Amino acid sequence: MKNYISFLVLGVLFGITLIKSEAASWFRIFEMFQFKSFHMYGIIGSAVILGAIVTAVLKKQNTFSGNPIVIKSKNKGFKNYLFGGIIFGLGWALGGACPGPMYALLGSGLVSILVLLFGAVLGAFVFGLVKNKMPF
Amino acid sequence: MELIYKPWAWYVAGPIIVFVLFMLVKLGRNLGMSSNLNTMCTLAGAGKLTDHFKTDWRASSWGLILILGVFLGGVIAFNFLQVEAPQIHPDSVESLQNLGFTSVSQSFFPQEIYSLDALLTFKGFAVILLAGFLVGFGARYAGGCTSGHAISGLSNLQLPSLIAVIGFFIGGLVMVHVLIPLIF
Repeated sequence: MKNYISFLVLGVLFGITLIKSEAASWFRIFEMFQFKSFHMYGIIGSAVILGAIVTAVLKKQNTFSGNPIVIKSKNKGFKNYLFGGIIFGLGWALGGACPGPMYALLGSGLVSILVLLFGAVLGAFVFGLVKNKMPF
Repeated sequence: MELIYKPWAWYVAGPIIVFVLFMLVKLGRNLGMSSNLNTMCTLAGAGKLTDHFKTDWRASSWGLILILGVFLGGVIAFNFLQVEAPQIHPDSVESLQNLGFTSVSQSFFPQEIYSLDALLTFKGFAVILLAGFLVGFGARYAGGCTSGHAISGLSNLQLPSLIAVIGFFIGGLVMVHVLIPLIF
């Protein structure tokens, strides 16, 4: 139960950050793909560099206050990552939102975001149906 | 307090995201947002149609709590933290105005896509549904989205995540430079 409160609080912090940093802004995503501003690259880049340090340290420790640390490795593959990535990128730039921001944008109360999220769930559902036919 | 109301700088947002990632690992989980789309399919009964969704949603319920928090964070930001129109680079403003996006620099959302008026046209509805569909399909095909691949995957030096992020950029560049000018 205590963990659930932690997840909720972390989610709130993540959601506020995505909106207030404008990482969840359609306009910022457009600007990013035009390479016109450092803003989005700064957010993702600083997160990756700091995250890499944190991840390396956590991996060395193996446990954190008694709990085992599991940082999953990604499965091997190429086509699924490239093709899936391209499809994702097309949608990310068109809708100006990836999954995390979608949940946060729903907080604006806009009906359109509900349709966007419904589309995302539908996409995940259709992928589940055709998964075995897709190149991996 | 004034600082919270202004748009947050990248060097504030990046470290906060890493703090969230760090805390999730500490709690025995990995940062990822798009896997929750699968959980929602499972909850909606998609397991009846394919084994892909025959999972125990209880094992993923922590993620649903996390995204409930993300949603609440959005509610708090939009209602209490003065969300304003992003002030993007003048060159991007100009190219958007040329495409007919007059709400640029005036609104947080592009009204040309997200307003109720736009949603209630066939084209507008199709654009939003398609955007969502591509994000959901692509993220699950690639096994992750911006959080799972670009942030936690790259932080863990995973080659698959780098391939996925290169894919994100190919798709995004084609959309912004080729397709958006055709669609709008």
